[in-house]
Amino acid sequence: MEYQLHLFIITGIFIILSLSLNLILGYLGQPALGHAAFFAIGAYSSSLLALNLGVSPWIGLFIGASFAAISGMVIGYLTFHLKEDYFAMATFGFGLIIYSIIKNWVGVTRGPMGLPGIPQFVAFNSLYSSLIFYCILILLFVLVTIVFMKRIIYSPFGRVIQSIRDDELAAEALGKDTRRVKIMIFMIGAFFAGIAGSLYAHYITFIDPSSFDVMESILVVLMVILGGMGTIGGSILGAAVLILFPEVLRFIGIPDAVAAPSRQMIYGFLLMMLVMKRPQGLMGKYKLW
Amino acid sequence: MPFLILENLSKLFDGNLALDNISLQLEEREIVALIGPNGSGKTTLFNIISGFTKPDQGGIIFKGVKITNLPPNKISRLGITRSFQRIRLFHQLSVLDNMLLATRYKEGEKLSSALFRTRSVQEEEEENIKRSLGYLSFVGLLEKRDVPSENLSFGQRKLLELAMAFASDADLILLDEPTSGVFPETKAKIIENIQKLNEEGKTILFIEHDMELVMRLAKRLIVLDHGKLIADGCPDEIISSENVLDAYFGERKFYA
Repeated sequence: MEYQLHLFIITGIFIILSLSLNLILGYLGQPALGHAAFFAIGAYSSSLLALNLGVSPWIGLFIGASFAAISGMVIGYLTFHLKEDYFAMATFGFGLIIYSIIKNWVGVTRGPMGLPGIPQFVAFNSLYSSLIFYCILILLFVLVTIVFMKRIIYSPFGRVIQSIRDDELAAEALGKDTRRVKIMIFMIGAFFAGIAGSLYAHYITFIDPSSFDVMESILVVLMVILGGMGTIGGSILGAAVLILFPEVLRFIGIPDAVAAPSRQMIYGFLLMMLVMKRPQGLMGKYKLW
Repeated sequence: MPFLILENLSKLFDGNLALDNISLQLEEREIVALIGPNGSGKTTLFNIISGFTKPDQGGIIFKGVKITNLPPNKISRLGITRSFQRIRLFHQLSVLDNMLLATRYKEGEKLSSALFRTRSVQEEEEENIKRSLGYLSFVGLLEKRDVPSENLSFGQRKLLELAMAFASDADLILLDEPTSGVFPETKAKIIENIQKLNEEGKTILFIEHDMELVMRLAKRLIVLDHGKLIADGCPDEIISSENVLDAYFGERKFYA
């Protein structure tokens, strides 16, 4: 049971992460390849606040998410005029920068040694009940995220977001302040990614740079594309499939030494097949361009 | 005070003068055709009025407001809308969504309105949907309301573009070749709609190569050649004037 609950929690965290990227990638149509950076900023900010200043994880969660949102705003401001592949490269670079900082700023982040002993949200005595508590907590956050995203998307504001994906110039010609909308969406996406990061750190209680590298960004992109860009259900499905899929490999008896590297290969293969055969993803309606 | 004033506009592209000291004025409710050979600067002039290209020199005053260096979205909100030579619609969104994007929202398009749906926000949305459907039925696209605009035929997309111009509440409408490449029946419909727009009080400036249509629609003709304004006035006079014919057909003395 513990194992299932653990998978539930991890899946939930990645659903929040993929929903937050979906807003930028699927609805706004901007190919952001550095989403793990916001995940990292949320995780490291609230962990460091808790470890060094004794800030409660409940408060750290929102401070961490706010830091992520601020960095999202800065990135939005610097890249709003970049088109397609240039935007992808810029955000990819941003992901690398944040990864290098947490890896090399040893004085603060302890670099590759990682941060151990991050406090949990509430410390129950038995592991079992605290797991249940975490499940409920994650479920609540997932639901709040879904409701928030739905409210945004199915509104005139959401229509403007999607008009930028289809034709930014035409949106501008119709009087939409595309720069402002883009920066707002980067902020919102980064905020929720920051929440996911903080939830992750305070659940696992140990973080190191390897959870926030470039592959992590690609994995989230894959979740959004696999499920279907521009659909809420797609992001949920994509996250669930890609988190639970490696566990299936384990169950069918493939040894870890083979499963780990083959996982990457299968992810790569999936991505290629999708782009060639079904660019709108499993549940998707929309394409990027 | 004139509706739109262009003063000494010049634009240089890689050392070529795309626009050379253009000055002209439009009055309210005018319907004016902008003609000239390919590369004469017509679309550049549209881009400058709508804010997509910044002029190197000169200024634009619209309804008494200087708009020269405003971003396109601000210019649009002041009441200038435009179509593009290559149709630009939101191809994955439905026809109705395209229309709603063209309508004006006071508060509905804000993030806060999306999160907290007050009554006035909902009423505004309902009102805009009603208006949009009205314009769609007017151009004959009502039954296509839920179809993604990429599934429309070329002529239907041109009509949708016009319906969006109707819905936008703009006072000045710039149309870049509104009838190029469409069937004669659709063309007739488009012409009818442009006239209707004009009758409703809109000022229209359109680029067109089809001289028959220009003569039918326009009350005034502006001719550009190599970035220079070479004629401005009543269509009948201009069409027979020497320098316009030269611009279009080259110097004719060899053939005379």
